[in-house]
Amino acid sequence: MRWFWIDRFIEFESGSYAKSVKNVTLAEEHLHDHFPGFPVMPGSLMIEGLAQTGGILLGEINDFEHIVILAKVPQMTFHSWACPGDQLIYTAKITNSGEEGGAVDVTAMVGDRLVAEGSIIFVHLDQSDSEFGAIDQKNFVFSMNLLGILDVGKAGTGEDQG
Amino acid sequence: MPTRDEIFDSVRETLVDALGLDDDEVVPEATLMGDLGAESIDFLDIAFRLEKAFDIKIPRGELFPENIASSDSGFVKDGVFTEAGIAELRTKMPHADIDSFADDPKVENMQDLFTVDMLVNFLEARLA
Repeated sequence: MRWFWIDRFIEFESGSYAKSVKNVTLAEEHLHDHFPGFPVMPGSLMIEGLAQTGGILLGEINDFEHIVILAKVPQMTFHSWACPGDQLIYTAKITNSGEEGGAVDVTAMVGDRLVAEGSIIFVHLDQSDSEFGAIDQKNFVFSMNLLGILDVGKAGTGEDQG
Repeated sequence: MPTRDEIFDSVRETLVDALGLDDDEVVPEATLMGDLGAESIDFLDIAFRLEKAFDIKIPRGELFPENIASSDSGFVKDGVFTEAGIAELRTKMPHADIDSFADDPKVENMQDLFTVDMLVNFLEARLA
């Protein structure tokens, strides 16, 4: 499995907001354990998808010059859940961005139903920082691999072929 | 310009939200790390929230100075701030109670400079 918790971006307004899609499918192994007979998308992985959406949005401001790390989730409220067949729409809006990092307000919706809302704070890290070696790379919001999400759909969607 | 009491109320609300506290825990003399359980990453959250609450920009390092206490800063010797270091703190942190700190200027005590009162002082000076 690859650490992609969004499938593609559907809107991207540089420095402002981004919307991405996450299609929940029974092909995802973890849904068979979470929970047996009641498969629902884990909240922690929704946060990861929201952080990937917001982290790429934030990183793009500086042309991905900084590594963006999820630093804190000050608040996140789950109002509902998402199950296989649902399409989650993640929206991240930048509320603050600066030299040190930034913050986004996020929502996760299925159709008109609000599934989760909250905020996420990120910090910037550069390879020259003394703390760099101490950080587990798994905490990085994006790597060059993850940025491949930005290419999804560039070849055109099926709709174009109709 | 808001009064000192109004600033304190906003600071309290900010800290309650950022650190998950009860209202009555946030008193002027409370230290952010020791008493209120803030970690370094919370400082960024607090700075962001104060910027929003007061519609100001807080430049990096102005509210919570960085690197003063590092071993190669020249301001610290054997884990204690030198006279020059204390002078530097007075310059960089006019909003903090350096006088009390100067009585026992160990590096480990520096975090006690970060109090609720310090935030209020900083904002009062900034908003004046």
